[in-house]
Amino acid sequence: MTEPGNGLASPTTQVSHLIDIEGLGTEGLQQMLSLTDHFVEVTKRKIPKVPALRGRTVVWLFYEDSTRTRLSFESAARRLSADTLNFSVSSSSVNKGESLHDTVSTICAMGVDCIVVRHRSSGAPARIADWVDPLGISVVNAGDGWHQHPTQALLDCYTLRSKLGSLEGRRIGIIGDVKHSRVARSQVDAYRLLGAEVVLVAPPTLLPPAVETWGVELADSLDDVLGELDVVGLLRMQNERMDDALVPSIADYTATYGLTVERAACLAPGAVITHPGPINRGVEIAPEVADDPRCLALSQVANGVPVRMAVLYRLLGSGLDFPVDR
Amino acid sequence: MAERERRLNPPWGGTYVPRTSVMDSDEMKRAVRRMAHEIIERNPDSADVVLIGLQTGGVTLAGRISQVLGEIDGLEPDLGTLDVAFYRDDIGLRPVLPQEVTDINMPLDGRVVILVDDVLFTGRTIRAAMDAISDYGRPRAIQLAVMIDRGHRELPIRPDYVGKNIPTARAEVVDVTEDGVTLGEVQNK
Repeated sequence: MTEPGNGLASPTTQVSHLIDIEGLGTEGLQQMLSLTDHFVEVTKRKIPKVPALRGRTVVWLFYEDSTRTRLSFESAARRLSADTLNFSVSSSSVNKGESLHDTVSTICAMGVDCIVVRHRSSGAPARIADWVDPLGISVVNAGDGWHQHPTQALLDCYTLRSKLGSLEGRRIGIIGDVKHSRVARSQVDAYRLLGAEVVLVAPPTLLPPAVETWGVELADSLDDVLGELDVVGLLRMQNERMDDALVPSIADYTATYGLTVERAACLAPGAVITHPGPINRGVEIAPEVADDPRCLALSQVANGVPVRMAVLYRLLGSGLDFPVDR
Repeated sequence: MAERERRLNPPWGGTYVPRTSVMDSDEMKRAVRRMAHEIIERNPDSADVVLIGLQTGGVTLAGRISQVLGEIDGLEPDLGTLDVAFYRDDIGLRPVLPQEVTDINMPLDGRVVILVDDVLFTGRTIRAAMDAISDYGRPRAIQLAVMIDRGHRELPIRPDYVGKNIPTARAEVVDVTEDGVTLGEVQNK
């Protein structure tokens, strides 16, 4: 009935950290999405909580402000019955000059099972994973610099898969400030692993260097590609970019790249809109379009919890490295 | 079936070698029919009954019992499935398989929930299933139907409806399929 190696039971895909999407691979990504189905079911129960991670401790190590991602992770951990600790950087010894390595050693000495890290420097979670791996502690990247935000990409994939079915051969546009976006980098990796075609739509100043090696198409006008997209993936436009003179003005950006009411009317039938939030209404998306049923922003938030449950369960609970003998 | 599956899949490994036949498919049919009659006898108000098959081995059996109940009574009871992986006290010994989903879409409050599994062994799966059920509601009663009771209980749990009791050694494996039940062992690679 069950084919050997068909999924989570296979030890060859043992995962101990989630640093980037590439590290998961196509199979790991698919498994994570299938596992999420189970947790979506759990979140619909009368008592949406299971004892799977009882006795496990997860610590939040957030060097950058985050409300949504942290809440979503916190909610996920609690629904799995894990204990959670918060290392609040602003009120901690980091301000007294403690190094990242010392902070991590201290946390490890307290006996935790998983560290969820957000850091302004790309690569910090990977470094931490190198340090704590010998201790059997897992690391989850909750966003590092401009590098990756893998759980966001996972929840985007899950949301799109629930709406559209398979992403194989779908055309997905990622519109906006790709250069400074860790979300975009994770999305590109994840969508490509699932067999979708990715088109980046951005002014040249907001495209990352060496983008031609990403295996994606480029377009500098939204109107050129709008009608052929299955998914319009918007990114948040940050005001700082204006200060750096990367775009002439917000109004100018909206005129060329914003998803206005007129543009929303030109979407292909069945096309959907994603946005990682927080939304700048009137900048990258018109307020009316943000409230349109085709805009999946709230489903994305809702799916964030089960997706992060799947990630935590996969790293901490499925315990495939246990010697097995009943 | 479920137990064999778990033992044969990575990271377990090994090959199941059947040794003795315990039941053939006719005997299984008769056992299902008898269990269905016992269920009706004990629960005259069949609209009250919910059958919950435990993934994966109990799902087929729950379907068969439900079908027979329908034939006898003209009313097939509500049918659901439950995967207890997240409730086990031995997490890590039992991976979540993608195709094993929980599907309980009916109210359980005040009703009689009959848990259905293929093999009753240590009782730990049933303990986990009872925990899970209580997160869905408060049934009036929970009963247990199994095709095979093989002994070696580690918890104070006993079945209400049994297809067949068979004495086994701990290391033996009971394999339940549509075609019959065999007793054998898993030989490691």
